[in-house]
Amino acid sequence: MLIRLQQISKTYRVGEIDIPALRAIDLEIARGEFLAIMGASGSGKSTLLNLLGCLDRPTGGTYELDGQEISRLSGDALAHIRNRKIGFVFQNFNLLTRTTALENVELPLYYGPWLSTSAKQKKATELLVRLGLGDRLHHHPSQLSGGQQQRVAIARALVNEPPLILADEPTGNLDSRSGDEIMALFHELNAAGITLIMVTHEPDIAGHAHRIIHMKDGAVL
Amino acid sequence: MNALAIFRIAARALFRNKGRSLLTALGIIIGIAAVIAVVAVGQGAAVTMQTQISSMGNNLAMVFPGSMHMGGFRGGAGTRHTLTADDGEAILRESPYAVAVTPVVRSGAQVIYRENDWATSIQGVGVSYPEVRSWSMKEGDFFTESEVRSGSRVGVLGATVAEQLFAGEDPVGKSIRIRNMSFRVLGVLARKGSAAWGQDQDDMIVIPWTTARRVLENSPFSHVNQLLISLTSMDDLPQAREDISNILRQRHRLAAGADDDFTVTDMTEVTQMITQVSSLMSMLLTVIASISLIVGGIGIMNIMLVSVTERTREIGLRMAVGARRRDILMQFVVEAITLAGAGGILGIILGIVVAKGVAGANNWPVVVSPGAVLLALSFSAGIGIFFGFYPAWRASRLNPIESLRHE
Repeated sequence: MLIRLQQISKTYRVGEIDIPALRAIDLEIARGEFLAIMGASGSGKSTLLNLLGCLDRPTGGTYELDGQEISRLSGDALAHIRNRKIGFVFQNFNLLTRTTALENVELPLYYGPWLSTSAKQKKATELLVRLGLGDRLHHHPSQLSGGQQQRVAIARALVNEPPLILADEPTGNLDSRSGDEIMALFHELNAAGITLIMVTHEPDIAGHAHRIIHMKDGAVL
Repeated sequence: MNALAIFRIAARALFRNKGRSLLTALGIIIGIAAVIAVVAVGQGAAVTMQTQISSMGNNLAMVFPGSMHMGGFRGGAGTRHTLTADDGEAILRESPYAVAVTPVVRSGAQVIYRENDWATSIQGVGVSYPEVRSWSMKEGDFFTESEVRSGSRVGVLGATVAEQLFAGEDPVGKSIRIRNMSFRVLGVLARKGSAAWGQDQDDMIVIPWTTARRVLENSPFSHVNQLLISLTSMDDLPQAREDISNILRQRHRLAAGADDDFTVTDMTEVTQMITQVSSLMSMLLTVIASISLIVGGIGIMNIMLVSVTERTREIGLRMAVGARRRDILMQFVVEAITLAGAGGILGIILGIVVAKGVAGANNWPVVVSPGAVLLALSFSAGIGIFFGFYPAWRASRLNPIESLRHE
């Protein structure tokens, strides 16, 4: 198992009132799975993704990632895990503006083990070429189409060779053709052994996944 | 992340906003430029002052006659005829601190050579005058002891007078007229330049003091206006002054408790005064420059806070891809240091340019001390750290989830 959640809960405290966002979730995700999480807004799917991505800590329960119990780790230790084990893909791409595609992809390498400038460039270039952006290395995000931007973001997620990719509505800002291209790319990555977890509310996008879980009111149905 | 990588990221972020970065650094640029210019010009002026003061003479002490008081009225300094050339001889003889002494009798007159005339000061002095004032001859010779004793009508010209009267002609051996008396020119003094207070030291004629007193002033007395004394060393100054005072009090038969009828001064008082004035000036300007630097620092803090808000998404993203809080903190602190440091370097350049301009207009040398440059650089870097820390700390405390959703 790559991921094992046991009795994970997350409660937000607003004033005197506790608002439960996740209620005692048990979930196991095997290595190499392609999973889609669906649910209405407010169902807790984003909260779950943030917990899986180590951007947030659960209020209760245990989270085991790649054999390591991580729900009580320090902020620095979580940053380290995000850098090595997780790649993020966002709906709005979150590329740095006025920064070339190459530099955007290099970004996670700055927070990992030391690499020379040329080694960083080589790694990022290889990935971009592999994703069909070999002629766009020095373009800024504003000079790229939505689909190209999302592929740059995926290259950035892959550059540290993590076992897990988390995607939050990865096709939400794309036209259907670009969306299909991204899904094809996801299948390719998944075939190469990367575990994919994707949050979406579009059923046909979720249909690309091997397993779909539905959430409602902070619980998995 | 290593330091170079952080610096590169910071430089790149600043370069993306060239115009804004420049405007932000302007306060620092002006502040540092002001400090550098003030220090460079001030030190240049101090050096000039020092050379001018040492051009006064060799370890110089001066004795003036005291003020006259008669029936309740007191005249100004030098109104009494108490100081004589013999006093000078006695000091040279009795004080171990005196190396050379010359009396000075001051006068002034219109000097004529053929159709040229020039109003100048006439100094009646002794043969030791060139030694006491460490003044060499440009041409010809100084007058001799026997010429002093006999009160000969001979004179030595200052460089300015030589130019005005002779205009290129060789003055040595020529006759000039002072108050309708003929004087023979023995030589010309080397050019000395202006004194600390701006007076042209070369605009004068020196003649034997005896001639000045008896012939020129037509006076029966042998009192002098001033004694110039060259001392063994400036370190002995307090003892030397004490010694000179004692000798003069004895010679003038002053009772114990009676006031001195003379004043002993030296250049250290002038030097001290000038130093005080110039250090007060540089202190004032430093205060102004510091205020400008603090204002510049606040400008940096302001823009850094704006920048942190604008780049909230970037900060969230960096955290998502593995930046620790301290990486974010470092990034923004280094950015502020880079901004302030670049401002510092530009300010140093601007300051040197301004100093050269000011000094060029006033004929001062410019002294850009490495110490001042180093201090300015570290000060601006310090401003970067101090005023950059709070915005950077705010950035490092951001919540990555909220930051990623920030519009």
